[in-house]
Amino acid sequence: MRHHLLLRVITKLLVGPIILFALYVQFHGDYSPGGGFQAGVIFAVAFILFGIVFGLEKVKLVFPPWLVHKFAAIGVLLYAGTGIYSLMLGSQYLNYSAFTPDHPEHGQHWGILVVELGVGITVAAVMVAIYYAFAARPPVISDEDW
Amino acid sequence: MELFINLTLFSMLVVTALAILRMRHLFAVVMLSSVFSLLCALLFVTLDAVDVAFTEAAVGAGISSVLMLGTMALTARHEKMPREFSPIPLIVVVATGAVLIYGTLDMPDFGSPDSPAQAHLATQYLTQSPTDIGVPNVVTAILASYRGYDTLGETVVVFTACVGVLMLIGGLARRRRKQGEETK
Amino acid sequence: MSMQFILSHLNYWLFIILMMIGFYIVVARGNYIKKIVGLNVFQVSVFMFYISIGKVEGGTAPIFPVDMDIDPNVVYSNPLPHVLILTAIVVGIATTSLGLALIVRIREEFGTIEEDEILEIESKLQQEENSAEGPAMGGRA
Repeated sequence: MRHHLLLRVITKLLVGPIILFALYVQFHGDYSPGGGFQAGVIFAVAFILFGIVFGLEKVKLVFPPWLVHKFAAIGVLLYAGTGIYSLMLGSQYLNYSAFTPDHPEHGQHWGILVVELGVGITVAAVMVAIYYAFAARPPVISDEDW
Repeated sequence: MELFINLTLFSMLVVTALAILRMRHLFAVVMLSSVFSLLCALLFVTLDAVDVAFTEAAVGAGISSVLMLGTMALTARHEKMPREFSPIPLIVVVATGAVLIYGTLDMPDFGSPDSPAQAHLATQYLTQSPTDIGVPNVVTAILASYRGYDTLGETVVVFTACVGVLMLIGGLARRRRKQGEETK
Repeated sequence: MSMQFILSHLNYWLFIILMMIGFYIVVARGNYIKKIVGLNVFQVSVFMFYISIGKVEGGTAPIFPVDMDIDPNVVYSNPLPHVLILTAIVVGIATTSLGLALIVRIREEFGTIEEDEILEIESKLQQEENSAEGPAMGGRA
């Protein structure tokens, strides 16, 4: 895509706002439509767009595959770890009210925030990893044949 | 008015689905499936499911078309001429559809406020979540708190699917084999 | 069957028609990518069916005002199907990508993604194996 000047300039302009929007969807999910699943997908889209226009090598410099694979596991561990933390505080698994016993609503807010973050990290990393896996294969259709 | 919007969206969905069935150029098929997802997102909004519409628009129209185009680049651009028309699939599909429609005859009216689905859990979630959890978006409250186990399971499924894809086409095995040969 | 009954069940029937078109694509078409697209159509129709069960007449999206000043007269739709379907969509794309990865591997092994061609190659391989292993199996093949 070296010769597509418009695409390259617009992509550079778009990647930042897309990531910003993903973060908004992630952390504003308690108040408006959104949450970890949607935010993760939107976050991944920023990297996929960058990869499509600038090539796989460039995007792998920004977000190397080994880091992507680690993040996919970290998200699940963050989610499961929240449950274990509430277990250690003497409550049921994933009962966030245990975090702040004198004000259970605050505990619920914190718990939802952390858990959604875990979901977001996993979904984003999984989508980017799947894109890397597909894009790294040698294509049988050349660019001119599309 | 709502019925009119629903019917319009539906007829567009059916036309898109039929076009997917008829087309043999796979690029067009993938693009039409992305159109299908966007129309579905619109329909979800009219059915009050804004969170679902958001997800469908991001996933169905965005990521899934990228992945399908990626697969297309690795496989083929055209579907082969279909085999000669066989009536068996059509008979199976029509029979299944007829049975399903017969099953819906006993269902409560569309949008009826006193159907069994609205009777128990829904009212409980809607009345208790402001005091239990205090999060304005009830969908988020149920997703992350009331049904936290469920969502943990779904996250693990997504992770597992990723592991499966990486094992199939991730090239991890090849890299490991190469490293193994170097250490020998 | 009154007009009222038809109007209140029309939505369900339309979902089923869509679902059956997806089903037909899966059963009748031989190309694997098209089968996956058909499966997606089928899946999304099921999602719409679930969401329509949660719809309440005159209701609105289940999101309270930010200051949590809830008007008891406002009707909210059932949030539970939304939660189930929201997660199902993301799981759906993850499993779809697994299917696509399988298609890529099939293309690399067989050189085609058409079902009947693959079945032909399979039966040819089976015949070769039988004629090679035949004497060892007591000449049955």
